[in-house]
Amino acid sequence: MSSTAAGVHAESHHHGDDHGPVKGWRRWVYATNHKDIGTMYLVFSLVMFFFGGSMALVIRSELFQPGLQFVDPAFFNQMTTMHALIMVFGAVMPAFVGLANWMIPMMIGAPDMALPRMNNWSFWILPVAFGILSSTLIMPGGAPASGWTMYPPLVLQTGDAFPFLIFSVHLMGISSIMGAINVIVTILNMRAPDMTLLKMPMFVWTWLITAYLLIAVMPVLAGAVTMLLTDQFFGTSFFLAAGGGDPVMFQHIFWFFGHPEVYIMILPAFGVVSEIIPTFSRKPLFGHDSMVYAASSIAFLSFIVWAHHMFTTGMPLTGQMFFMFATMLIAVPTGVKVFNWLATMWRGAMTFETPMLFSLGFLFMFTIGGFSGLMLAIAPADIQYHDSYFVVAHFHYVLVPGSIFALMAAVYYWMPKWTGRYYNESLGKLHFWLSTIFVNLTFFPMHFVGLAGMPRRIPDYSTQFADFNAMASVGAIGFGLSQLIFAWIVFQCCVQRKGEKASQEVWESPKGLEWTVPSPAPHHTFDTPPRVTGGVSFPHDG
Amino acid sequence: MIRILCTGALALLATGSAFADLAINMPKGVTELSVETYEIHMIIFWWCVAIAIVVFGVMIYSLIFHRKSRGAEPAKFTHSVKAEVIWTTIPIVILLIMAVPSAELMIKLEDTRDPDMTIVITGYQWKWHYAYQGQDVAFYSTLARPSAAARRRGSGIDPGTVDNYLLDVDNPLVVPKGAKVRLLLTSNDVVHAWWVPDLAIKKDAIPGFMNETWFRAMEAGVYRGQCAELCGMDHGYMPIVVEVLEPEAYQAWLATEKGNETALAAAGGED
Repeated sequence: MSSTAAGVHAESHHHGDDHGPVKGWRRWVYATNHKDIGTMYLVFSLVMFFFGGSMALVIRSELFQPGLQFVDPAFFNQMTTMHALIMVFGAVMPAFVGLANWMIPMMIGAPDMALPRMNNWSFWILPVAFGILSSTLIMPGGAPASGWTMYPPLVLQTGDAFPFLIFSVHLMGISSIMGAINVIVTILNMRAPDMTLLKMPMFVWTWLITAYLLIAVMPVLAGAVTMLLTDQFFGTSFFLAAGGGDPVMFQHIFWFFGHPEVYIMILPAFGVVSEIIPTFSRKPLFGHDSMVYAASSIAFLSFIVWAHHMFTTGMPLTGQMFFMFATMLIAVPTGVKVFNWLATMWRGAMTFETPMLFSLGFLFMFTIGGFSGLMLAIAPADIQYHDSYFVVAHFHYVLVPGSIFALMAAVYYWMPKWTGRYYNESLGKLHFWLSTIFVNLTFFPMHFVGLAGMPRRIPDYSTQFADFNAMASVGAIGFGLSQLIFAWIVFQCCVQRKGEKASQEVWESPKGLEWTVPSPAPHHTFDTPPRVTGGVSFPHDG
Repeated sequence: MIRILCTGALALLATGSAFADLAINMPKGVTELSVETYEIHMIIFWWCVAIAIVVFGVMIYSLIFHRKSRGAEPAKFTHSVKAEVIWTTIPIVILLIMAVPSAELMIKLEDTRDPDMTIVITGYQWKWHYAYQGQDVAFYSTLARPSAAARRRGSGIDPGTVDNYLLDVDNPLVVPKGAKVRLLLTSNDVVHAWWVPDLAIKKDAIPGFMNETWFRAMEAGVYRGQCAELCGMDHGYMPIVVEVLEPEAYQAWLATEKGNETALAAAGGED
């Protein structure tokens, strides 16, 4: 497919395929190859990870002790807002899209993504979107400071940054929707002939479900922010009480996007660990089909729980009841997933290479985040937890040692396939242990201050919260510095090409079509669909 | 290491009373419903601990005994309908057990009928306004001066030397002990949220809308809280202080306040 793209049939390269990539900047700017685009997504998200992370360090430095030391409250609010927007839309989501680009065609035996030029477009929108968003930091009135949730009327007090915020969110949404369309079309049309839907690897399955979630909710977010825009500039009153509008309606619309959004960030992570745990347990994934049903149930339930973010807004009692019960139900399929991973490990023959360590860290700490999620589902208790540091602890547990640990695991797991070299295993293990220690030091104490009464999004706090905040700040700086090890490992492996050469299989008999192509994976794989007979190559046969 | 951290943390929570000065748990509070909220919080917490012991127990056992370096041979099983049914059913049963008391408590929290008194709370950027219905008493409540002086960057004042740093106001909300106080909340500008942990109340104050909640404080004392909904630059600087007085002391306070209001009105009239 991609070989029809202009300019790609340049000189032939190593590996002995038909042709390699073009040289120089054209390779990237005109990229239509799924591997090149995947690489760009991953590099972009790593850059954004450090950018958003440095904002987290500004926040934690200010919160190291009571009193204001470094920044003013207005700038502090800009940091919390930008940190969230950049991490959610710039780091976690593009990283998973990068993995999807690299791995889905190779896992289903397709030569490329179905829509390679749209693929190029959906990536290149992102740097523009984040360029626009970042530029607001130097605008009069500063960057958006209303929280990533952009609640009106507060968000309408944003300075010159306001239209840029809206426009950049629109661009991120367009990029996500195009990426999602591409994933769905690829998976539904380009699987190898023998690969039925239920034979697909879990990573492909979870991405298929995620892509549908994206298509369903990103337009809703676009609609919400467009209404903000017209309220601000065109005299409408969608969310302004003075004109007959309703500020709470924005919250409903936002969380109708926002709750599926949290599953958009975790479902592909489920897929990643569902690939890694079987490989290093040397045992097939337990209950593949029930994992598919569990992921689908989570996706469905994610559409009917949004107002559990709004228990204090004064909903009718029956509404609160409905959202409480529906939210509690999510614990069931999530539990099924955790139990299936445990059953996969059970009576396996485990080894603990870095990808496995990060997956186990994911399993352990995501479950802790699941527990606090269960507590948050209980509406009368949630009224107390809401908008406190308990919530901050909860969602960072599911996002950092959840989504981000799964991303780290995925990079370590597939990097030898991408580069043909193993990463430095001892450095990888060091990275895991430091990250694990510091992530807990950062986020566990937040449960305590939250329960004790510390609201989130405040630049300064009462002296009774000082000890745990100091701990969290030390943890955050340690976690941030530990990620430099990751950057160094990736640099060594991908740029310096140091490290032991990887075999085609990379790991000890992993399952899946991606392990049937050479390492590093040639520029074009599966020009003709793989014939899979005898059922050995598919990970989930039988 | 994670295990040590987590067990340590759980042990900390479990022995909360031993660390009374280090606040690590939700306060029990001073209303009937705050105690019930605390209890339901602890019930769901202990359920989580119980599930955690089982899940992490199995996981740790597996990590120790099912490793290749101990010569483990991988088993061949791939699925079991029986297991899936069991671990779907048990969580549903636990959730049903939790759902009933949670729903009952929700109903009580929403029952604002027959109040003894009503106070209208209005959120402003960045202060609160309290109006006692039918009493002709109304006032603003803002961050107390010592905190306001110390909070500035480079103020040179150590927050540790300020009493109730950031949690003190000039005019607290005063209510009588034992009375059912209904709160009506709204806002003049953006969304705020009125949160006092000891009263187990957190309710949004939304412009153009009137929210309703209630409490009945069973002990006299001073209870502190903060705005819980991001409301702009000084969101962290609009605390809430509720002073619960014995009924007689409350009546005396009310009389003084009314006198002040009348005096103010008179002074305003003369100008």
